Amino acid sequence: MAVKDYIRERFFPHMWCAGCGHGIILNALLRAVDNLGLNKQDIVMVSGIGCSARISGYVDFHSMHTLHGRALAFATGVKMSKPELNVIVPMGDGDALAIGGNHFIHAARRNIEMTAIVMNNRIYGMTGGQFSPLSGYGSMGTTAPYGNIDHDFDVVDLAVAAGATFVARTTTYHVHELSDLIQQAIVHKGFSVLEVLSQCPTHFGRRNKIGDAVDILKMYKKRTVRIGSDKKQTDPDLIERGVFVKKDLPEYCREYDQLILKSRKKK
Amino acid sequence: MNKNIKFIQGNDVCVEAALYAGIEFFAGYPITPSTEIAEQMASRLPQLGGKFLQMEDEISSLCAIIGASLTGHKAMTATSGPGFSLMQEALGYAVMAEIPCVIVNVMRGGPSTGLPTHAGQGDVNQARYGTHGDHSIIALTASNHQDIFRMTVEAFNFAETYRTPVILLLDEVTGHLRERIEIPEPGNITLVKRLRTAVKSGIDYRPYLPREDGRLPMSDFGDEHRYNVTGLYHDMWGFPSDNPKIVYGLIRHLVDKIENNSHQIARFRKYHVKDADVLLISYGASARSALHLVENRRSRGEKLGLLELQTLWPFPCEIVREVCKNVKFTVVVEMNMGQVLQQVKLAVDMPEKIFLANRIDGELITPTDIRNILRVIQGKGV
Repeated sequence: MAVKDYIRERFFPHMWCAGCGHGIILNALLRAVDNLGLNKQDIVMVSGIGCSARISGYVDFHSMHTLHGRALAFATGVKMSKPELNVIVPMGDGDALAIGGNHFIHAARRNIEMTAIVMNNRIYGMTGGQFSPLSGYGSMGTTAPYGNIDHDFDVVDLAVAAGATFVARTTTYHVHELSDLIQQAIVHKGFSVLEVLSQCPTHFGRRNKIGDAVDILKMYKKRTVRIGSDKKQTDPDLIERGVFVKKDLPEYCREYDQLILKSRKKK
Repeated sequence: MNKNIKFIQGNDVCVEAALYAGIEFFAGYPITPSTEIAEQMASRLPQLGGKFLQMEDEISSLCAIIGASLTGHKAMTATSGPGFSLMQEALGYAVMAEIPCVIVNVMRGGPSTGLPTHAGQGDVNQARYGTHGDHSIIALTASNHQDIFRMTVEAFNFAETYRTPVILLLDEVTGHLRERIEIPEPGNITLVKRLRTAVKSGIDYRPYLPREDGRLPMSDFGDEHRYNVTGLYHDMWGFPSDNPKIVYGLIRHLVDKIENNSHQIARFRKYHVKDADVLLISYGASARSALHLVENRRSRGEKLGLLELQTLWPFPCEIVREVCKNVKFTVVVEMNMGQVLQQVKLAVDMPEKIFLANRIDGELITPTDIRNILRVIQGKGV
């Protein structure tokens, strides 16, 4: 199918700024779904609140635009009650890891099968450029006018520690890799986390004097390397891309099926 | 003699009733004095092929049951005051997105952590006004086990009929009290099934376009119709809109679908109301004491009556006004600072004839407490 067969054209044009990275993620996601040959009726997209969260309105899947930070909690109810559905949960950085941080680690801990995509543009874009838990020390934001003194999470480390069984990272510059990793994340039978370094030229780029969308994308090209690259040895500040964790552990819905059998024996 | 009779606590009755109503999904977080509901659900639901989830908090518990409801399953959560506070955000979402679900709040003493193991009825206003923005809500309560059963089933029925979250306000006393309950035979209480759309695949389904009777047929997530659900103001397709006409239409719909049917939703019991000189109005555990006093005084020839409310929201103004019309005065019996009292005063023609008999110390209000207040009102001294 063509990419446009997966979108709700009625609701375009989208509301993202020129140069925003989120459209690239939407594009890569639709290509991933197309490559996998998934049926639109079998996909539920659950999002929270923020620029990232608007993605759920544009796709022609079952879609739920929920509360700030709570997307994974709603998604858990959807998946548990109808495990045959593919559940995809795109979240912003503040959405996933500030207000939604608790839901994030607990969904990972349960290893419930769903695809969590952290669209990390390092800023609260919709409210106008406040620092997020992924902005990083020293970054500038409207609520960090003298430079941010909050340290950031490493999404990959956090997801691994919390028990996610598929953890990967890429950027909006590496579009083929992005689409490929989304496919892998969707196919994985467990809780998948994909961090996508995205760009907010309007707020993060401008306030941090990085430049426009192209400048941020160039930065992602220059400052990221594949996992295991030699360059990382000489330049430890480089950010690694690729699949960090991929393991087969019992998935939550399947565990519950076993529990149902056990409960009936005890009846 | 084959009646299904049990001797169990009110929280367990609530579970029996939810199973009777067809619950398939429960998500919750342990909190006194509601925990037994989660424990029983954890034990019973998987045996029936249903799902029980212990979530990381009450916020996610309500979110999860909203998600489960959208896939077409009857869903419920149970909590107490502090957890109910955390649920207000998702409660507003369920109101806005019109998702049927049941929220049980076994009330304890508040505010804050308050009195976890003691009685209170202080969440009546929170049930109505706890979440932000204008909306309406259905909140039910009960004073004895047979009625807890009935009202729990009604809560599921109202949730489906009006596509709305319904709050069941139990309290620590009725929740933990053990008494006899006869579980009705299947079919004895009518169950409202989810109204699903008849729109065929490939034809434009509009999930937020009410029928002529105001009801909105649903389509399960996973079925042929794909649509958007949001907490933003939205059009008939569920897509966000700030068009003033659409915003106005939706808020009117959210309020009117419940307020215009308040007579259908009103549930109450009248005891010796017809010829009463003095009327008590009460609900939940307080109504047990009120009823005891009424029966006791009647046996001595005093014309005391009781209106027991089982629907608290929408507040049954007309019924209250009617029964208060011909009595000398009315006493509202409750375990808070007068939350239902205020509603009664608003409902009646002569609010100066409405008094309060309450306890706010975590102890169950007794018939003696109520009698003492009656004596003061009647000028008989303490």
